[in-house]
Amino acid sequence: MGFWAINVDSMLISVLLGIIFIAVFRFGIKGATSGKPGGFQNFLEVIVEFVQTNVKNSFYAKNDLIGPLALTIFCWIFMMNAMDLVPVDWIPWLAQTIAGDPHLYFKAVPTTDLNITLGFAISVFFLIIFYSIKIKGLGGFLGEFAFHPFGKWAMPLNLILELPGFLAKPVSLALRLYGNFFAGEVIFLVIALVGYWQLPLHFGWAVFHILVVTLQAYLFMMLTIVYLNQAHTTH
Amino acid sequence: MNLNATIIGQSIAFFVFVWFCMKYVWPPITSILEERQTKIAEGLEAADRAQRDLNLAQNKAAEELREAKQQGAQLIEQANKRANQIVDEAKDKAREEGQRLIAGAQAEIEMELQRAKEDLRAQVAAIAVAGAEKILERTIDQAANEELMKKLASEL
Repeated sequence: MGFWAINVDSMLISVLLGIIFIAVFRFGIKGATSGKPGGFQNFLEVIVEFVQTNVKNSFYAKNDLIGPLALTIFCWIFMMNAMDLVPVDWIPWLAQTIAGDPHLYFKAVPTTDLNITLGFAISVFFLIIFYSIKIKGLGGFLGEFAFHPFGKWAMPLNLILELPGFLAKPVSLALRLYGNFFAGEVIFLVIALVGYWQLPLHFGWAVFHILVVTLQAYLFMMLTIVYLNQAHTTH
Repeated sequence: MNLNATIIGQSIAFFVFVWFCMKYVWPPITSILEERQTKIAEGLEAADRAQRDLNLAQNKAAEELREAKQQGAQLIEQANKRANQIVDEAKDKAREEGQRLIAGAQAEIEMELQRAKEDLRAQVAAIAVAGAEKILERTIDQAANEELMKKLASEL
């Protein structure tokens, strides 16, 4: 398959989870009040306030996009990651049953697909470039690579020092998330092969992964906020 | 792992969902949170104010109570004084009245005494005359002896 192929399994789960995210929040706040919040409204408010606090603590410029961006990243990636807590063969089995093909390959956890994590990272990378140019101008943005840290006479050295760091941002974002979940899912698959001993092993690994799921979603969100804050400030 | 157009698809989906979130999810929730924050701040402020008012009112009430007690004590004192005065006055009046009554009675007694003496004197004179008549066995000239009798009677 060439470049123009689409991984339908990852895309399907990804978009499905995105729709669930938007729908849950959209309908969850229907009839929400500023008075005493009900149980579900309270739950949503806790998430939003958590994201808002992190944005306020790490993002000093004024930009209305950052809050929703961080919330979307956190919730969406959290849900994608959480798919690995579903027993490994349930969703593929469901897909095989629906498709009628017992050999159908189906990836249930979108963040184990490098394309998905790269999609996130490149989008964030694009936003970094967009806001850097918008705030500092094209000259200011390029000047950051050319004239730091050694002044304009050492431009080649500056470029060698600064460009890899900049280009590493999306790569590290994508690979960190992908690596964590690909490896995690591989472990789940290996555990699934050991017979009856898999139950306690699964339990232990899943408990550990509850932590990883949240932590990786949080990390991705925080790094996005920090990178965009850098894009908004001149050093 | 092949890199393919899924990256582009995911990026598009990402921006679409972020846009949705920015349009329909984030603003209502944050506005609700802000609204609640102001409400809570207002509530706390109102509670503070009410507490201050309460303290003020309590102080005022204590002050007024104290004043009222003072006034009451003053009134009682005045009333006691007045009562004593009235009793004293009544005693004085009674004493005076008693004295007056005693004086009247004494005057009457004096008068009675005088009258009794007068009567006695007259009777003694008459007895003396009658005695003298008996002794002398003759009628003494009433007129001639009148002077003598009177003198005798006054000496009694």
